Amino acid sequence: MMADVFDRVKAIIVERLDVEESKVTMEASFKDDLEADSLDVVELVMELEDEFDMEIADEEAEKINTVGDAVNYINSTQA
Amino acid sequence: MPELLQGKNIVVMGVANERSIAWGITKSLHNAGANLIFTNRQERSYQKLVKLLEKNEIEPKLIVSCDVASDESISEAFGEIKEKVGVIHGLVHSVAFANRDELKGEYADTSREGFLLAQEISAYSLVAVTKAAKEVMTEGGGIVTQTYLGAERVIKNYNVMGVAKASLEASVRYLAEDVGKYGIRVNAVSAGPIRTLSAKGVSGFNEKAGVIEEKAPLRRNVDQDQVGDATLFLVSELSRGITGEVLHVDSGYHIIGG
Repeated sequence: MMADVFDRVKAIIVERLDVEESKVTMEASFKDDLEADSLDVVELVMELEDEFDMEIADEEAEKINTVGDAVNYINSTQA
Repeated sequence: MPELLQGKNIVVMGVANERSIAWGITKSLHNAGANLIFTNRQERSYQKLVKLLEKNEIEPKLIVSCDVASDESISEAFGEIKEKVGVIHGLVHSVAFANRDELKGEYADTSREGFLLAQEISAYSLVAVTKAAKEVMTEGGGIVTQTYLGAERVIKNYNVMGVAKASLEASVRYLAEDVGKYGIRVNAVSAGPIRTLSAKGVSGFNEKAGVIEEKAPLRRNVDQDQVGDATLFLVSELSRGITGEVLHVDSGYHIIGG
């Protein structure tokens, strides 16, 4: 379950941010490691909302700084 | 209507990704046979645009770099369009910006810089672009911009952007008068809330989206394709008697009082 979510999140990040798969780790920071600007992050949040058929509230979205933050948040809602 | 824009050169400003209203417009104009010229602001958005066009098998006539915050950039962009395309018959302006932290809370807290930035990118850009475009629209045509109900009424969190859109709508009227004598029309589409990158920048969009489905006469949300077709109408000769107008594409929501 955990791995599955991570793989789906990773695929979206690779596609959207045009980064190498190896750079997308749980610890990777969107801004510092994946060179995403604030618009990219909003775009990613929207992609994740579609992929996992969920809504991420603004307050929650603001807390997502790393790939792990996104995966953990999604896991917490899909349980 | 496959022949509606056959042989017409139309400039589209503001495609950021496939959710962009400008992308819905692109599809409608393409299906009507238009030759499309795109402007983009950054290298990154250029790559995204090229990818999106390839994926949808749309061959652009031209892509030019244009930063609406710079008169020089606008002048260069339209100079390049004039040189490479010659005449244009329409222009779609789908550009706006405000600081995200001013799209929540109280409008009274808007900063001077934030106010001016929203006005510059979201309203003045239409003025500057119209001035440049009219030199290339020597056969007349339609200019269409995108606005929102927040220009007319108070929409929670829309704040500084609502005021910028009010300025944009007033500009549509003044510009329509200016360029009408050249056979150029200027109109706006006021779309219902659509889940775009920009809309997500306004605090609480997710909660807002359901209101149209619940309260608008048509009881359904508006999408990019509906706005695309309405914009196609305003760009094309079908709307030749219309200028200075704000057309609501919002499932009729704006007529509802409570």
